Amino acid sequence: MVGWKAIYILWLREMKRFARAPSRVAGAVAMPLLFLAFLATGFSKVSFVPGVDYSTFIVPGIIGMSLLLSSTMAGMSVLWDRQFGFLKEIMVAPVRRVFIALGRIAGGATIALLQGLGILLVSVLFGFKLTGLLGVAEAVALMLLVSMSFISVGLIIASLMRDIQGFGFIVNFLVFPLFFLSGAVFPLSNLPSFVQPICFADPLTYGVDGLRAALVGSSVFPLWLDAGVLACVAGALVLLAAFFFEKSPSV
Amino acid sequence: MTKEFDGFRALDEITFSVKKGELFGLLGPNGAGKTTTLNILSTLLCATSGTTEVAGFSTGCSDEVRSRIGMVFQEPALDGELTGRENLEFHGWMYGMSDSEIRKRSKAVLELVELTDKADVLVNNYSGGMKRRLEIARGLMHEPEVLFLDEPTLGLDVQTRRHIWEYVKKLNEKEKVTIVLTTHYLEEADFLCGRVAIIDKGRIVALDSPAKLKDSIGGDVVSLEASGSEAEWAKALKAAAWLNSVSRHDGVVDFVVERGERHIPELLRVAQKLGFEVSSVTLHKPSLEDVFVHFTGKSIREQEASSEDRARAFARRHFRR
Repeated sequence: MVGWKAIYILWLREMKRFARAPSRVAGAVAMPLLFLAFLATGFSKVSFVPGVDYSTFIVPGIIGMSLLLSSTMAGMSVLWDRQFGFLKEIMVAPVRRVFIALGRIAGGATIALLQGLGILLVSVLFGFKLTGLLGVAEAVALMLLVSMSFISVGLIIASLMRDIQGFGFIVNFLVFPLFFLSGAVFPLSNLPSFVQPICFADPLTYGVDGLRAALVGSSVFPLWLDAGVLACVAGALVLLAAFFFEKSPSV
Repeated sequence: MTKEFDGFRALDEITFSVKKGELFGLLGPNGAGKTTTLNILSTLLCATSGTTEVAGFSTGCSDEVRSRIGMVFQEPALDGELTGRENLEFHGWMYGMSDSEIRKRSKAVLELVELTDKADVLVNNYSGGMKRRLEIARGLMHEPEVLFLDEPTLGLDVQTRRHIWEYVKKLNEKEKVTIVLTTHYLEEADFLCGRVAIIDKGRIVALDSPAKLKDSIGGDVVSLEASGSEAEWAKALKAAAWLNSVSRHDGVVDFVVERGERHIPELLRVAQKLGFEVSSVTLHKPSLEDVFVHFTGKSIREQEASSEDRARAFARRHFRR
C-alpha cells in the first residue's frame, strides 16, 4: 500500500542528502572531468573515427565513467546506512524490501543522471556540439538505464557483504576493467580479437556506444540495439537486486 | 523461543509474556541475549524455533507487527544529514501516515522530548542525549501499541539518564504504551519496570516485580570483604538456620541473612575461628544486584567479563586464523 510512496520517500531522502553535500557532488564529478581534460588534450591529434575528433569521441565515454562511479556510491550508501544503523530504521518499517531496493535505485539513478548531465554541460561549455534536443533526451534515457544497471550490481554486492573496505576493494577491482573494456577511451576494434567477447559482455559498452549514437551520431551498433540490450540488462539486474536485498539480513 | 547463530545458542528456550500497558524489563549482562530477543520481537531476526507474537500477530507476519511497534535501537539509527524534523517526517511517511497527521504528531512528540527548538538542526549536530530523545520521539510518531527500547540510556550521563527515565515512565502512564526495554543497569530496571526478567546466558533465570524479586532472596545481605572460599564458609555455617545463602563475587562474600544486624557478630566469630581475614563489613537491604547474584552466582560485571571470554573462546574455536 505504502510501497510507491516509500520509493518516493527514499528517493527524496537521497536528493536532500545529495543537495547538502556539495563536496561529495564536486568529488564525484571532478575525477571524470580530469580524465576528460587530460585525455581530450593529450590525444587531440588522434581521430579513431573519420570526421570525429577525439575530444568529441571521448565525451560519451567520460559520461559513462561518471555513471559508473556514481552508481558505486549508491551501493556504498547502503553499507554506510548499515554502519550508522539507519538501515535498521528502514528495515523495521512496514514497507516491503522490494520497494526499499527500488527507492534506493531510483535515488541513486537520479543522482548519477544529474552528474552525467553535469559532465555533458561542462563539455558543451568547452565546445562539444550537441546534435539536438532529441539526442539529449535519448542520452538521458540511456544514462538512466546504465546507472540502474550498475546501482543494482552495487546493491547486490552490498547485500552480500558488510565490510565497507572490502566493498571498496571489489568495486575498484570491477570499475576499471568495466571502463576500459567498454570502448569509452578507444574503439573496441583496436583491442585484440580474443578480448572483444568480454567487451560485449560489459553493459557499459552498450551505454557508451548508445550515448555516442545519441550525442555524436556515430556508433558501432544502431541506437535501438544499444537501448534494447541495456533495457534488458537493467530490468534483470534490478530484479536481482530486489531479490538479494530481500534476502539480506536486516541486522 | 530459541535462537542459534552458527551453532552458538544465543537464546535457550526463553518464554515470557507481557501484558498490555505494562512496563517490562529484560535485565542482564551484555551478551546475555537481550538485543537478540528484541530483534526477534521486532521482526528483524527470525527465531530458530518457537513462536513469538506481538500485538496479536506472529512476528512472521512482519508488516502487521511492524506497523504496530516502535523500536529504539541500542546504537543510534538516525540519519545525521537530515534535521530532527526530517527524520520524523521520513519515519511518518514510511509508516503510511498522512501529511497532516505527521505535522500534528511530530509537534507533539518533539514537545514531549523537549526538542522543539532544535527540530530544524541537522542531527549530526545533536548531542548524544538529544539523539536518544529524538529516537524515542521517533519511535512514538506512529502511536505504536508496543514500544521496544534497547538499552535506552546506554552511555548517557546521569542527568540525561534521569530525564529519559522520567519520559519513559510518563509515556507508559499517560499514553498507555506497552513498553519492553532491555538494560544492564540494575537501578534502571528497579526504577522503571513493573516486572523484570533476569536473563543470563540466553536463559531467563527469574521473572517478577523488582520488589518481589528482592523479597525472594529471603533476608538482608551482609557482605564481608574476607578470605575463605564459598564452600569453606558454607560448611562452617551449615548449622545456622538464619542463613539463607552464601556466595562469593567481586572479592566479597555475601550472606543472605534474616535480620542481618543480629548476626554480624556471629559471622565474625566464625571468621576468627577459621582464621579468615575480614577487612570490612557492610549490611544492606537486597538490591537487584543481589538478586542477580542470588540467581546466577555472579555479579553482572563478572558475568559480562566471563561472557566476553565465552564469546572469545567461541571465536577461537570457529574462526581460527
